Amino acid sequence: MKPKHSLAVRWFHWVNFPLLALMIWSGLWIYWANDVYRVGAGSITLFKFFPEGFYRTFGVSYQLAKGMAWHFFFMWLFVLNGILYVAYTVFSGAWRHLVPNRHSFREAVLVALHDLHLWKGQLPARKFNGAQQIAYTGVVLMGFGSVVTGLAIYKPAQLGWLIALLGGYGAARFEHFLLAIAYVLFFVVHIAQVARAGWNNFRAMVSGFELVSSKEATYE
Amino acid sequence: MNSDNNEREALSGPAGESGGSPFEAEPDSATAPAETMEGQSAEAPAAHQVLCVSAPEPSELEAWNSQVRRRMRQQSRRSFLLWGAGLAAGAGAFRWLTTRPEAGDIPWPFRKTLELNESIAGKYFSDHRLSRTFDPKQVGPDRVNGDLGLDEDVDIESWKLRVEGLASQNGPLLLGLDAIRKLPRVEMTTEFKCIEGWSVIVQWAGARFTDFMKSYPPRTRSGGAFSLNHAEDLPAYVSMATPDDGYYVGLDMESMLHPQTLLCYEQNGEPLSQEHGAPLRLVIPVKYGVKNIKRIGTIRYSHERPTDYWAERGYDWYVGL
Repeated sequence: MKPKHSLAVRWFHWVNFPLLALMIWSGLWIYWANDVYRVGAGSITLFKFFPEGFYRTFGVSYQLAKGMAWHFFFMWLFVLNGILYVAYTVFSGAWRHLVPNRHSFREAVLVALHDLHLWKGQLPARKFNGAQQIAYTGVVLMGFGSVVTGLAIYKPAQLGWLIALLGGYGAARFEHFLLAIAYVLFFVVHIAQVARAGWNNFRAMVSGFELVSSKEATYE
Repeated sequence: MNSDNNEREALSGPAGESGGSPFEAEPDSATAPAETMEGQSAEAPAAHQVLCVSAPEPSELEAWNSQVRRRMRQQSRRSFLLWGAGLAAGAGAFRWLTTRPEAGDIPWPFRKTLELNESIAGKYFSDHRLSRTFDPKQVGPDRVNGDLGLDEDVDIESWKLRVEGLASQNGPLLLGLDAIRKLPRVEMTTEFKCIEGWSVIVQWAGARFTDFMKSYPPRTRSGGAFSLNHAEDLPAYVSMATPDDGYYVGLDMESMLHPQTLLCYEQNGEPLSQEHGAPLRLVIPVKYGVKNIKRIGTIRYSHERPTDYWAERGYDWYVGL
């Protein structure tokens, strides 16, 4: 029985999850009012963000005012939780497990190959492997990106320099949208990996402890 | 998954607890390495040796393992209950939040937060920060959106602008378009931003609102002489409405004093069309399009916060950019 995730990290994780979900959902209500993004070229559209059926199923339409009210309420909690999390990892030293190093990228490729059953080697017995380090640090940087692009489109006149830095008002809005999509992709992969890793791993994110055999424990 | 079911290996004991363990002789060295997250503790190799050397009886091992599992179950139960309690508390808070009495068509905590955001934005606001201006050649395609208060075409010849809250008189003053055209003409090409999320570059021509104020000064708070240098003595707000009062906006004075806030009579080199708000509209790049009211019928200096069409329908009153 080995401590894995501190109470603080578990708290930040589980608070962040509903907050980010609320930010994405209220963002969707806002996006609906000018839903111009698509995958395609010229007159050919492969996928429209988002199809009418999607809006209808989830009741997305005509919620701009509500979406903005929610977005500009929950943003405070989302940002506060994010700042506290980063501060915690810095001051507790937990960042050492999380920030990728020069080996992480090679290792991340091996992890991906391993998980796709293309490589049969042994993965490192560390708290977070290279792929996890990149993912968990990357998602924090994404959060930072969302705050910066969000601020820019929130106050484009007063923060004109930020808009210029991001390539213009329209560009900043698009970047903000892309990051929202990226969270959803992160979520899909994250859930798949959590399911793969199994109960012991998931339980550790709730209880903080995982069961390991003494032999393995000594490797830590 | 790796060790949960492996009966042959000893499960690592709970942190700092050694009572009843088969390794009682050296409990600390057996459990300490497992306890540290940093790993590479100096005792790790020793612990490994202990494990290898002591080679407990299978029955002892099983007793030890079941004890560890029991502790894990206790810890898990406690954690999951807390987790569930947290979830319930969060759901309760969310439910409370979304079922509060409404203020302007949204639950009041959301309205209060929009007002908090407004006060923070207001503190940061400076009329020295100008919105980016573009070359008139970059003007975007014409886009018409919103016809509230524009039910029928206005007769431009008989149109009058009604000004209220003036220093000079108690009643309203009626002005023709000439009065605005006489003010210094300003041209600017800025990006018009709709609250829906689209934007378009437009070339405007009109008069600065500050120039309008100098010619038609408001009644000050103190009742003394009007001066743009004493912003705190000015009415805190301006309200504008279409002639039929079908659409109306409230504006904060700081934003009205911004040098890019114009009373416009031309758009993209042409007099305003009916659908774009002929004969006179507000252009205020520090606000979303909703505040850029078309076909102004009334301008009222106000010491109280004016009502606003969209703020009554769930939107932020301030919508400052």
